[in-house]
Amino acid sequence: MKTRTGRSVGGNILMFLFLALFGLFFLLPGLYAAITAFKPANEILVFPPRLFVRRPTFSNFIWLSNLMTDFWVPLSRYLFNSIFLTLVGTVGHILLASMAAYPMAKHRFFGQKVISQTIVLSLLFTASVTYIPQYIILSVSHMIDTYWAVILPAFQSSLGLYLMMNFMNKIPDEMLEAARIDGAKEIRIFWSIVMPNVRPAWLTLMIFSFQSLWNSNGGGFIYNESLKPLPAVMATIAAGGVVRTGATAASALLLMIPPILLFLCSQSRVIETMSTSGLK
Amino acid sequence: MPRKKHQAAGSAHRLSAWEQIRQSRDSYLLIAPFMLLFVFLTVIPILSAVGLSFTSFNMLETPRFVGWQNYQRMLLGDPIFYTVVKNTLLFAFLTGPISYVLSFLFAWLINETGRLLRTILTAVFYMPVLAGNIYFVWAFLLSGDSYGVINGLLLQLNLIQEPIGWLVDQNYIMGSLMVVQLWMSLGTGFLAFIAGFQSMDRSLFEAGAIDGIHNRWQELWYITLPSMSSQLLFSAVMQIGASFGVSTVITTLVGFPTSQYSADTVVTYIMDVGTTRFEMGYACTIAVFLFVLMFLSNFVISSLLRKFQTE
Repeated sequence: MKTRTGRSVGGNILMFLFLALFGLFFLLPGLYAAITAFKPANEILVFPPRLFVRRPTFSNFIWLSNLMTDFWVPLSRYLFNSIFLTLVGTVGHILLASMAAYPMAKHRFFGQKVISQTIVLSLLFTASVTYIPQYIILSVSHMIDTYWAVILPAFQSSLGLYLMMNFMNKIPDEMLEAARIDGAKEIRIFWSIVMPNVRPAWLTLMIFSFQSLWNSNGGGFIYNESLKPLPAVMATIAAGGVVRTGATAASALLLMIPPILLFLCSQSRVIETMSTSGLK
Repeated sequence: MPRKKHQAAGSAHRLSAWEQIRQSRDSYLLIAPFMLLFVFLTVIPILSAVGLSFTSFNMLETPRFVGWQNYQRMLLGDPIFYTVVKNTLLFAFLTGPISYVLSFLFAWLINETGRLLRTILTAVFYMPVLAGNIYFVWAFLLSGDSYGVINGLLLQLNLIQEPIGWLVDQNYIMGSLMVVQLWMSLGTGFLAFIAGFQSMDRSLFEAGAIDGIHNRWQELWYITLPSMSSQLLFSAVMQIGASFGVSTVITTLVGFPTSQYSADTVVTYIMDVGTTRFEMGYACTIAVFLFVLMFLSNFVISSLLRKFQTE
């Protein structure tokens, strides 16, 4: 595949320059946060500003943990909330979306077309756009200020169903027919044939669900401090202003490590799934 | 797309609608949990927003029907509404298309590199989305005093004489926000493009080379673009959703609401009307306006892309 036509040297150089330039623009803010996390206080407020750290220190992290023990709600509680919301929301979303995607992709039934058109249309309406109408419904059903207010909306993310549906379309029908002839029930076919065959799609749904839940500060549905997840703490620390720059950067660094690691590990599967994402 | 017909038992000749539904019991059972939640948390909210837009509703008393009053107020009696619509359209028609084109361009160029570099670059460009909260770092970069990184650099290079209030000065707020929004907008659509390039049929390129394709630009224009039309449409839908939904960047970096609503979008204005003033009826009216706007943009853009596809 290295013998591709018309790859001029000049074009290659231009391309690398372009990618390097924009790559820096996309990389630098995150890198700046990561480096600032290790800066001692006297290196944060300097003029002119410097990117790199002269004498790296863990003092910001230590300060962060001290700060946390002084909080009214202990850090462990925020951590628990974050892990709980992310775990339950992600597992539930993958399960419900796969269950729904299987008949949508492989069965034919009354009402299927309407459902599939509604799902595609709903891809347009992101969480921030439907925030107020959703707030009213959650409030009327007394779910504001509970874990459910974050978990249930995550369960029914239509992007997940849409991607799973498209991916399941690729499973050959013969494989399912063979199982049916052997007398397997639909639920069993779903669980022991379809699910193991769509692992890349699980990972993709996991990434999308994980990144939105892990980064969520409660989405405006949680006001009770002891139910709030970690990003809410970060916002509180950041609100402390310039003196807390180092601690804010340290907390941001800790928060961004899990989703980045997860993505690096599952990237090729995600790309495989996204190749079926096209809208006809 | 052709789907294999599934029938639980035997062949169905002319079954009544009820029989058909009964035969598909398993399908409905599998779909039910997701769809019930989806109806409850997406369909009903959107539909009830339409209903509530004709009422006065403060969450405590029952909604009171007021006819077109909210719509009159929105269009004729609310100058803020036009400010936030203008800001939303700036995001939608400037950052949206720029981000869309950049997503495609980056995905294409990344695909031209080797395997390792491709993996790293994909992660780099996607990182702002992945590390969802990291955009707060722009508050330090764009800080209005001389300790702000960007001000510091510009001052040192003597390009400016005194620090600029990037997130305070009315002349710069929208520009700064658009740069940040652009920075964190390579999301799902970008990944779809990357995937689209990687799953291209290689034999098309070989055939193209024989047919007289000389360079990568021709290859892009004559082979790649036409065969990626479905990804182009999917990414466009994602991009519309993201551009019309710009909100947290603004509330985090500038404030909620921003001074004189100078940098608010329709979405943050809806939040302000709804959760600060509890005028839910009016908030729903503006939400309905936003839905219609998004729906229309989606319609126009999909027809354009479809036209492009058939040409």
